[in-house]
Amino acid sequence: MSRVNDFALRIATVNGTGSASANGLLMQSIFRMGIPVCGKNVFPSNIQGLPTWYEIRVSQRGHLARTPRFDLVVAMNNATYGRDIAELQSGGWILYDSSWPLPSEIRRDDVNVLGIPLAKMCTDEFKDSRVRLLMKNIAYVGVLAALFEIPLAIIETLLEEQYGARKKALMESNHRAVRLGHDYATSHFTCPLPIRLAAMEASADRILIDGNTAAALGALYAGATVGAWYPITPATSVMDNFKALCAKYRQDPETGRNRYLIVQAEDELSAAGVVLGAGWAGARAFTPTSGPGISLMSEFIGLAYYAEVPGVFFDIQRTGPSTGMPTRTQQGDLLLTAYASHGDTKHIVLYPADPGECFTMAVQAFDLAERFQTPVFLVSDLDIGMNDWLCKRFEWDDAYTPDRGKVLDAGQLEKLKTFYRYLDVDGDGITARTLPGTHPKGAYFTRGSGHTRLGAYTEDPADYVDVMERIARKTASAAHAVPESVIMRKENARAGIVALGGTNPGIMEAVDLLADRGIPVDYLRVRGFPFPPDVEAFLNEHDINFVVEQNRDAQLRSLLLLETNVEKARLKSITDYGGFPLSADRVIRGVLEGLPTDDRIEVVA
Amino acid sequence: MTTSIQKPKVRHPGLVQNAIGLTRRDYEGTMSTLCAGCGHDSITAAIVRAFWELDIPPHKVAKLSGIGCSSKTPTYFLKEAHGFNSVHGRMPSIATGASAANRDLIMIGISGDGDSLSIGLGQFCHGMRRGINMLYVLENNGVYGLTKGQFSASADIGSKAKKGEANQNPPIDPVLLALSLGAGFVARSFSGDKEQLVPLLKAGLSHKGFAFIDVISPCVTFNDHEGSTKSYVHTREHTKEVIHTDFVPLRREIAVDYASGDVLDVAMHDGTRMRLRKIAPDYDPTDRDAVYAYLRARQKDREIATGLLYVDPAATEMHDVEKSVAAPLVSLPFDQLCPGKAALDAFMDSLA
Repeated sequence: MSRVNDFALRIATVNGTGSASANGLLMQSIFRMGIPVCGKNVFPSNIQGLPTWYEIRVSQRGHLARTPRFDLVVAMNNATYGRDIAELQSGGWILYDSSWPLPSEIRRDDVNVLGIPLAKMCTDEFKDSRVRLLMKNIAYVGVLAALFEIPLAIIETLLEEQYGARKKALMESNHRAVRLGHDYATSHFTCPLPIRLAAMEASADRILIDGNTAAALGALYAGATVGAWYPITPATSVMDNFKALCAKYRQDPETGRNRYLIVQAEDELSAAGVVLGAGWAGARAFTPTSGPGISLMSEFIGLAYYAEVPGVFFDIQRTGPSTGMPTRTQQGDLLLTAYASHGDTKHIVLYPADPGECFTMAVQAFDLAERFQTPVFLVSDLDIGMNDWLCKRFEWDDAYTPDRGKVLDAGQLEKLKTFYRYLDVDGDGITARTLPGTHPKGAYFTRGSGHTRLGAYTEDPADYVDVMERIARKTASAAHAVPESVIMRKENARAGIVALGGTNPGIMEAVDLLADRGIPVDYLRVRGFPFPPDVEAFLNEHDINFVVEQNRDAQLRSLLLLETNVEKARLKSITDYGGFPLSADRVIRGVLEGLPTDDRIEVVA
Repeated sequence: MTTSIQKPKVRHPGLVQNAIGLTRRDYEGTMSTLCAGCGHDSITAAIVRAFWELDIPPHKVAKLSGIGCSSKTPTYFLKEAHGFNSVHGRMPSIATGASAANRDLIMIGISGDGDSLSIGLGQFCHGMRRGINMLYVLENNGVYGLTKGQFSASADIGSKAKKGEANQNPPIDPVLLALSLGAGFVARSFSGDKEQLVPLLKAGLSHKGFAFIDVISPCVTFNDHEGSTKSYVHTREHTKEVIHTDFVPLRREIAVDYASGDVLDVAMHDGTRMRLRKIAPDYDPTDRDAVYAYLRARQKDREIATGLLYVDPAATEMHDVEKSVAAPLVSLPFDQLCPGKAALDAFMDSLA
């Protein structure tokens, strides 16, 4: 039985051996063939020598969630042979390096074993020992090209684009290695395999991009000038990309000097402080971090909330608690980001589901932060942030102007009798602010201690409550300013699914597959907090709402119970938090288990 | 209920005006709520005088602090300046951000020994490493006031608490720390010596980069008893001025003449000058290593060396290192920040 453009493979290698370039080359080649594809990097928190995997899924139907079922495994790491072959589907293929004898654990009667002497071929072909090691990985790309029928011309074009004239020798080696693998496969195996690729037109208006690059691009386009950070996986590439983009787009053409300033701080506490200081002084400022960073920043986040200082915090979530699994994904910071810091605090949070939304929501985050004069979180995750996603091309409207909120300039202050920082003159809960250096009348004292609506220090209950109530009104009103939910309805839906962020591909696929089985479900994807009104309305429409999320304690479900009037019994939880991106299987299983018995009987029938 | 106490807005017609038409009263803030006789209030008065004498428009200043008695004091001066009372020990990061955003701000940070040397030691160190363009005043009393008298990290070994307990842990000397971390302006003074402190503050405000002044400022309530090494009496008896600073404003010559060889003129980046009068012979305030060794020796003799102990007239600040544009980042128009649609389309092409 042949399957075209619908299979998954897993490549097991050792990190630090150049497998990332080989895997990227393969992924790009499939993308260039116009076939919907996704790649997931499953990597260790280590620099060299530990097992690492790369998973590629192609799907004619556009189902690009991670799947735990692999049709082909490239076993390049003898330390993980056993595990790798165990994950192979019955009837699948395993490729291994036959320069050495086949180890006993790799034998399985129900799979096809393809041995290629990659190390031996590369030793014969290349002189330098480092090149031999690297080209072994490029050679399996050649093998797979033959097995899946990827045109060599596509691979060669990509190599030329990557290395071109700059690194001619390296490009030559790559070419030779690809050919080496390709020739071996065509002369020793029946090519193509029954699982193979055929060119499509599905990626005409598509790009491959990771969410951290997209978020950095958003910060650039929003006009952020100050970035502060402390390196942390998986958020590091946000600032790396911002820096690279600024080097290209933010230099004064005459002087070569920078129209931005990036501070690599001593820790996340300091990074948060830099954001607050810059926001207070009128710059658009941000920090990219992950859960451990948000924990450390929480003191400053409370100050920003109470003293009403704008700032943007990108939380690229990883597996917690504590150090957790730094290179695995999770949605474990939902409660943390919604209420970060001591005392009564509640924050504006945006939940991108893909790199496209990382870009648009990053821009929105800066607008909301300045409009509401408060910290705003963009909560992404490792899977969105660090893996390449197939996305629609990003759009930009040159008519965009930043929403700087209520900031009084020198002229406005001159006309004012007296300025009071925390006095709500128009009743919307948002008070005007001034920037240091503007005008003598604009001076005020920013403090995290109790203050009155006139900005003075206080320990008076009524004065304190007055300001706290206004801030609560202000934050609540943001429910109408955050992006509305994305709702997909099916006729005669039996239940609703509610989720946010990076679980989207798994749920979209599950919704399709459930519909195939005659179980239509509605799906609402939350995109902002405080929840817009459409969330509660959706929950009340369904007797059963499956809240799908990637954490143990059903944090989104908790948030929904806290922040809406929905009955607890209407919310059923489907959680998956082991560190891998969500698969459709998990959602389907959860829905089937959670539906009333009569519905399930119908399914079986 | 504690609230801030405004000062009456009465202006005496005979008050002297500075070059921009402001009197000393214009550089004050609200009434101090610190204990009567607190050293910090003397420092506040010196700060008021320094800003007034430098003719600085108050609204061009940002005054920043952390938490503690000392950190309350920015409310007591420059009421027309923006103030930021941040969280405990974290003022340097706020200062970094504010300076990054607007390099034209004249920044003064007020901190204490608890704020800078315990909870905020990391931020204090990294703020200096980064060369934030600011004057950082550490009001040092060796004790936690607001929580009623615990030792701070600057308390000397053997120094006694009010109830007689002796401190056992070695002190952190912020001056030695500043020298080793590369601060370009390092001074020490005493809250009770305004004649020394005012020129130091003025020089610090004119210095480019991180200017640090450690001011011994006795706590009259919790650390001014016999046996304390941060009391008024102890400080008066043990301070030794090694160098005296006169601050010479632009195009104004000072009248006093010193014996040649004992005088060192230092030009500041804004054209002003400092005239340093060396009291200790052979003291070279521009030789970091020699200053360090000299101070260690004074410390051994239980002397508190004061004055402008070290200065690097060629010091740089964060914006020099980061190569940012000369205009404040907050002043850049949006079209200089956003690359626009055409650039995005081209970027998208590279990913297709």
